[in-house]
Amino acid sequence: MSYIELKDVSFTYPNGNVALENVSLDLEKGERVAIIGQNGAGKTTMVKLINGLLKPSKGEIIIDGKNIRKLSAAKNSRQVGYSFQNPDDQIFNKDVYSEIAFGLKRMKVEKAELEDRVQAAARLCNLGRLLDENPYDLSLSKRKFVAIASVIVMDTKIVILDEPTAGQDKAGIECLAGIIDSLGRKGKTVVAISHDMEFVADNFKRCVVMAQKHKIADDGTKTVFWNPGILAEAKLKQPHISSLCNKLGIEERILSIDEFVRYVEAQCPNHNPPQKELNIEK
Amino acid sequence: MDIIEVQHLSYRYPTAQKPSLRDINLRIKKGELCAIVGANDSGKTTLCHAIRGFIPHFHKGEMEGDVFVMGENTRSKTIAGLCGTVGIVVQNPFTQLSGVAETAYEEIAFGLENMGILFEETRKRVENILKLFNLDELRDRNPFELSGGQQQILSLASIMVMEPDVLVMDEPTSQVDPQSTEEIYQIINFFKEKGTTIVLVEHKMELIAQFADHVVMLENGAVVMDGKPSDIFSDPEIIKYKVSPPRYAMLGMELQKRGFPLHRIPITENQAVSQIKELLSAKGSC
Repeated sequence: MSYIELKDVSFTYPNGNVALENVSLDLEKGERVAIIGQNGAGKTTMVKLINGLLKPSKGEIIIDGKNIRKLSAAKNSRQVGYSFQNPDDQIFNKDVYSEIAFGLKRMKVEKAELEDRVQAAARLCNLGRLLDENPYDLSLSKRKFVAIASVIVMDTKIVILDEPTAGQDKAGIECLAGIIDSLGRKGKTVVAISHDMEFVADNFKRCVVMAQKHKIADDGTKTVFWNPGILAEAKLKQPHISSLCNKLGIEERILSIDEFVRYVEAQCPNHNPPQKELNIEK
Repeated sequence: MDIIEVQHLSYRYPTAQKPSLRDINLRIKKGELCAIVGANDSGKTTLCHAIRGFIPHFHKGEMEGDVFVMGENTRSKTIAGLCGTVGIVVQNPFTQLSGVAETAYEEIAFGLENMGILFEETRKRVENILKLFNLDELRDRNPFELSGGQQQILSLASIMVMEPDVLVMDEPTSQVDPQSTEEIYQIINFFKEKGTTIVLVEHKMELIAQFADHVVMLENGAVVMDGKPSDIFSDPEIIKYKVSPPRYAMLGMELQKRGFPLHRIPITENQAVSQIKELLSAKGSC
């Protein structure tokens, strides 16, 4: 039995809009999985179902051996943390510290422990110097990190990040990679929705691909990125370096700049790299 | 002709300790696509607000210097007066939607109705833009019941339908899937070819390299680089400003560092294909 199981799950919003149809999915404990796919495919609906904000219209969701249908969203959120796509749906406190501490206070966590956990989450999200700021005086990209920090501070076994990469610069993307790494090392199950194919290639080995309310693929990242049919159906593209390889007729499955450079070096056995200057003390 | 001229612009938000913009001087030509890049908090969004007149008319704070749009000082215009000339697509699509439209169709028509465009003309323009943005299937859906990415595309369509002279776009595709992003850039390019001036804040450098005519790099509220994409993205100094150049340029810089001869740093996929083809075809000697 898997840690998280979606069994033939469908969801229809009260207005009759069908958002998800017959999706089955197994996620193992400690796994890092990217959910990718076209706009309106049902990605956010699916993770809201796992978080318990929505209840399946059909099918069941089992987490850690228990069906979550009868759990309230509040109870389920103790095992599944969810950082919203729009951080402003989530943030309401007057300063960053109170926002991150809110959940722990509600759970009556002791003061010293609360302080430690808030500081640790803020450090991980690069918010250490912004704890006194009003979240709404910060940029949207920083508010995303406030929302993420207030989820990871809860130390849930499962963490879901909905489009964490939207609007992030180089430092933000690096910070996110660090967060995912840190959660992975603590054995958390991390699920992230992203349209940033480079970020997915760099940080995830497994991808679930969604299109038109269905799961259309669930495979290794390299397998997904070399399946043109799946990419076209889900309105995805290969990462830039992989696409370059295709255009050059290179058959190797290359995702990163490092891999590409190694490929070029292997093709040029006579190449002599420039000698590094040695700092030898006279 | 310069359609936008920013002269010695400095600005501090009312509650901020430090200025967000420092002595910005900038000229943007009519019909060009000017990309504003830089790390987060470098002042990109604030500069957009100044061009759109939200500074000084909505965000009070302290403003020095001037912004001229089509020769007129934004200080002497109103936000409403500027909206026929400058359209803005804000960073967070969820705050862009009007909140009064019950369908995507009405959302797109909202701006035209407020501009007093006649019904037949409005209908024609909304239908065209629905097709252009592939939104036809969603026309009767409530904007707030669309997915995040769909809301962002709708926000963009509802501004573009007004066909302003200047389009200011703050990360218009941040929540949009990769293929739709590329389609939207084709649409942006189509408007540019028709003579629309585009000011674009964007982190997707590969798209800027492909479509922009002019790149302005901000750091800590000041302009630190201002030039053509080919000059800026091939300059290794760019990393100093915490901005990643396009992946093709990063690859080119890495290959050069390892002693592989490249004539110049590629910034687009096409350039990378021809440069690397050349490199690999001479592999016997490389």
